[in-house]
Amino acid sequence: MPKIPVPKIPDAVVPPPLRKPAKPGAGGTPKGQAPEDLKTAPERQSHGDKLLDRGKEAPIDALAWVDQRLAASGFLTGMLYRKVPKGTNWFYTLGSATLFAFIVQAVTGVFLAMYYTPSATQAYHSIAHINNDVPLGQLVHGMHKWGSSVMVILIFLHMGRTFFFGAYKYPRELNWVIGVVLLILTMTMAFTGYLLPFDQRSFWASIVGININGTGPVVGPYLSDFLRAGPELGATTLSRFYAIHMLLVPGAIIALIGAHMYLVVKLGTTAPPWVRAERPKVAAPTAALDAGANGNGRVNGHRVDGAPVDGEGNGSL
Amino acid sequence: MADDANKVNGAEEAPIQERAKPDPPGYFEGESMTRRRVFTIGAQALGGVAGAAIVLPAVGFAVAPIFHRGKERWEAVGPVSDFVEDTYRQVVFTETEGIGDAGKTTAYVRKSSEELGEDAGKFVAVSNRCAHLGCPVRFVEAAGNFICPCHGGVYDFQGKRIGGPPVRPLDQFQTRVRNGQVELGPRYSVTNQMEPVRARDPGEFTGGIWEYLYPPRPSTFPPP
Repeated sequence: MPKIPVPKIPDAVVPPPLRKPAKPGAGGTPKGQAPEDLKTAPERQSHGDKLLDRGKEAPIDALAWVDQRLAASGFLTGMLYRKVPKGTNWFYTLGSATLFAFIVQAVTGVFLAMYYTPSATQAYHSIAHINNDVPLGQLVHGMHKWGSSVMVILIFLHMGRTFFFGAYKYPRELNWVIGVVLLILTMTMAFTGYLLPFDQRSFWASIVGININGTGPVVGPYLSDFLRAGPELGATTLSRFYAIHMLLVPGAIIALIGAHMYLVVKLGTTAPPWVRAERPKVAAPTAALDAGANGNGRVNGHRVDGAPVDGEGNGSL
Repeated sequence: MADDANKVNGAEEAPIQERAKPDPPGYFEGESMTRRRVFTIGAQALGGVAGAAIVLPAVGFAVAPIFHRGKERWEAVGPVSDFVEDTYRQVVFTETEGIGDAGKTTAYVRKSSEELGEDAGKFVAVSNRCAHLGCPVRFVEAAGNFICPCHGGVYDFQGKRIGGPPVRPLDQFQTRVRNGQVELGPRYSVTNQMEPVRARDPGEFTGGIWEYLYPPRPSTFPPP
């Protein structure tokens, strides 16, 4: 049976293990003995084979060229291959699911903006045009409309997971605060987006929403005037909501999601509360100290499964 | 490890701090600020001015409508003979221009009644905007009341709240007679004693201390 040649996975795309290299002389081949492959003379390759090998290397070379200038592989390896605590489960995907819902909203929103007219007299007709005439318009509009509800539901589930797993505690309080701001911004998106179709439902819902804003003492009446751009809901209210909906708040959300995810990678995730701490397998001085300090060694999830405690893989970007 | 420990307690750095630094170039006796510090503060101040030059106009642009009052608008809604004392007639007129039907609003208009303690020979125009959250109320002839479909607010014949969540009587519009036509003007709110005040948004109390907690907005017209 002829052997089918399997292309070897190039070393450049395999991430290095998250471990310090062995010190020189600590292991490896004994001195004074040449490695096996240097003893035999290399086979001469034909011209075609050489070209083929070059071709195989080309994408790797291109990647290497970029990486030499970007120095991103270290960051990406640290981020994508970071250690997670024992007990990590499907509940931990709710944050990524919320992010995905946001990406869906951003992409469909950009394409809806190609057909939508933020004018009080034309907004309703432009939405009707999207739904009735534009190919796949109803689908894209529907994805945006229902996706907004999905995002709000997911953000609350994600918040509930964080709360019930105690993942908001030290040192992750700041990430909780950023998450709360993101929740408020998401509700702002839902509120401002509701007016844009400018039908009866969105018109009256926005009036009620603005009036609820107005019931705040002292600043409430001025906040209402700011939202409406005047004493009554008028022509500029719609363009104001549109600008807030597609320019102001999305920019803030993207920036805060960046900060949110940076802290997630930097601090690592927590183990679920039902995972009990194990005694560290390696009696390193720091591990003993930490286990003594917090009683259960569960504050930093990386220690629970006896992972290295010398800082490796613990948010080492 | 030994080096780290020393750095933490500062044992090694102490002698360095004691060593006298040479005077920087251009130093003179009695100077209060180094050249470097002057330039640092100056550059930051310039940056602050540049930032403010961008941010302040943009923010002012966005909040300007709070301080802007539009033109006073009057619209004829029918001849004087159309309106009687003991019931309302529903009229629709434009409150906000430029947005088509969305800018129209509904008012219930009647002749003023001396029995209810109102000045004779005038007209009363009650807004259909519920004082709870702004839903459209309707006048129910049989009951003689205004009833809101959203959350069950009920108002009496004059527009005073008699039930449900609203916080004050229904708003009214200024009225006048020109060329035998009743004309409706700017909106105003009333207190529970039916004293006119500047227009408030639905959900905001009027009268007494509430006049300070929900201050009148510059974008509204003075009451009659």
